[in-house]
Amino acid sequence: MIDLKNLTIEKAHNNLKDGKYTCRELAEEYLKAIEQKNPDINAYLEVYADVLEQADEADKKFKDDTATILTGIPFAIKDNILIKGHIASASSKILENYKASYDATVIKDLKKAGVVFLGRTNMDEFAMGSSTQTSAYGVTKNPIDTSRVPGGSSGGSAAALAANMALAALGTETCGSVREPAAFCGLVGLKPTYGAVSRHGIIAMGNSLDQVSPFGKDVRDTEIIFDLLSRYDREDSTSVPENLRKVEHKTNTKKIGVPWHLFKEGVDPEVEVNFKESLEKFKQAGYEIVDIELPYSKYSLAAYYIIMPAEVSTNLSRFDGIRYGYSAPGKDLLEVYNNSRGQGFGKEARRRILLGTYVLSHGYYDAYYNKAIKVREKIRQEILETFKKVDYILTPTVPITAFKLGEKMNDPVAMYLCDIFSAPANLAGVPSIALPSGISSEGLPLSIQFMAPHFKEDALFEVGKAWEEIREK
Amino acid sequence: MDIKDVEKLADLARIELTDLEKESMLRDMKGILEYVKVIEGVEVPARSAFSIADAGGEDITPDYTVHNAWREDEIMPRDFSYDLVVDQFPNKQDGFLKVKKIL
Repeated sequence: MIDLKNLTIEKAHNNLKDGKYTCRELAEEYLKAIEQKNPDINAYLEVYADVLEQADEADKKFKDDTATILTGIPFAIKDNILIKGHIASASSKILENYKASYDATVIKDLKKAGVVFLGRTNMDEFAMGSSTQTSAYGVTKNPIDTSRVPGGSSGGSAAALAANMALAALGTETCGSVREPAAFCGLVGLKPTYGAVSRHGIIAMGNSLDQVSPFGKDVRDTEIIFDLLSRYDREDSTSVPENLRKVEHKTNTKKIGVPWHLFKEGVDPEVEVNFKESLEKFKQAGYEIVDIELPYSKYSLAAYYIIMPAEVSTNLSRFDGIRYGYSAPGKDLLEVYNNSRGQGFGKEARRRILLGTYVLSHGYYDAYYNKAIKVREKIRQEILETFKKVDYILTPTVPITAFKLGEKMNDPVAMYLCDIFSAPANLAGVPSIALPSGISSEGLPLSIQFMAPHFKEDALFEVGKAWEEIREK
Repeated sequence: MDIKDVEKLADLARIELTDLEKESMLRDMKGILEYVKVIEGVEVPARSAFSIADAGGEDITPDYTVHNAWREDEIMPRDFSYDLVVDQFPNKQDGFLKVKKIL
């Protein structure tokens, strides 16, 4: 029996290196856990048939001494990341039978490292949602309280990791889709700098916002995954070249800015109390806390819900029932399009496509889209300005804790508000990390999130690890 | 926004909706637009997001410059598998994609 609950990537690596168990034995333990828990949790949509063969390959690397830290580590992969030859459905009916014809760059890198892919995980359809309830393949339950949502859109990856059905997991973020489920499931979630990790082979939602983002059980685990995946990729035109990634790394940075005015209302009292207690712990550990003003950032979520649907309506026009995916019959070409898209897309996807079509249409373009782009630039500028004065910006990750299954499904705006604190980092392209900060009176995880300047993930890992020490005091 | 607008958008987006779906879509869209319309009232100095500088002389050039990512139009080895691509076609004949006639 391997103690999966307390296992981290480094611990597993040391055990594999010392021969305490093999990659195959480790993979078998996870497969057992999946068999036991997945029927109830529904984190995985598919568990791959070749898991043990992959583990055998990893074992060979240990034998011939080519193993690295991620060799043999069992991963859960979100259903919108392409693995050649496997179905990648983005949890949509319109891609139910789509088999990836190539590997995403992140998958190539993970394969090279010899990780073991356990399977693909459930998500909100096309990553559109904050609770994994818009999936065409049923909801995923939060392993901490199965009457509640795991968050989303990367809820399947979060649930798999939180239920010890994987040792590491990849999700994607467009606006909080990793940090919010990390918060709801008591995990660490890192949204990297935009352009740090390749988007090649990721099913796009909002191209100017999307980033592949790792989940980890602790800060070190997300750091290990990020360090492997962060690199320039010529296949992604927005990937940042290596020479532009070098930023000065100051250690022992201790000035934290808190934009209090952003959470005057709508924050659960328990979340607020926990946030204030966390601040107090930082103060006692020698951190300086200062008030900051981010006047444009209060419009982040509104700007996001214009920019993102605009990009969605453009991106999802490629799904038309012609070349791949779900195709519904029709008497002519137009009917094939209309029927395939009408039946293939779920409600939230249709909603966002129509909304995007609206904000991009003549007469509304200037009032909505163009204005949102300008506000976004202002948000970016004010965040960069703020980082001249402070090292970090700190807020709660989510204004609430994990809610009940079925909640908020009939009120899109209430669902969108889950990501109110996530939006500034995605719009500005800066990195952000969600860190567990305690447990609510109902036994649900609480979480705080740090933002840092572009390409200062190192600073986030440093403060995150410091927090892991401080938190227990 | 009314039901006609929803129909027009659905038509432009090539999405077939039932009457019931149109109504619920209209309700949702109104709610969302109500939330995002706050953006209309935000005062942003009159310049485009990516302009170089304004009349006041303040340097507002973004720290990055936006540029197109061009590449040479040359044949490069890809790892797309022909068979996997063709296998995806909902309708095919002799290795070709078959579509409804257009004219």
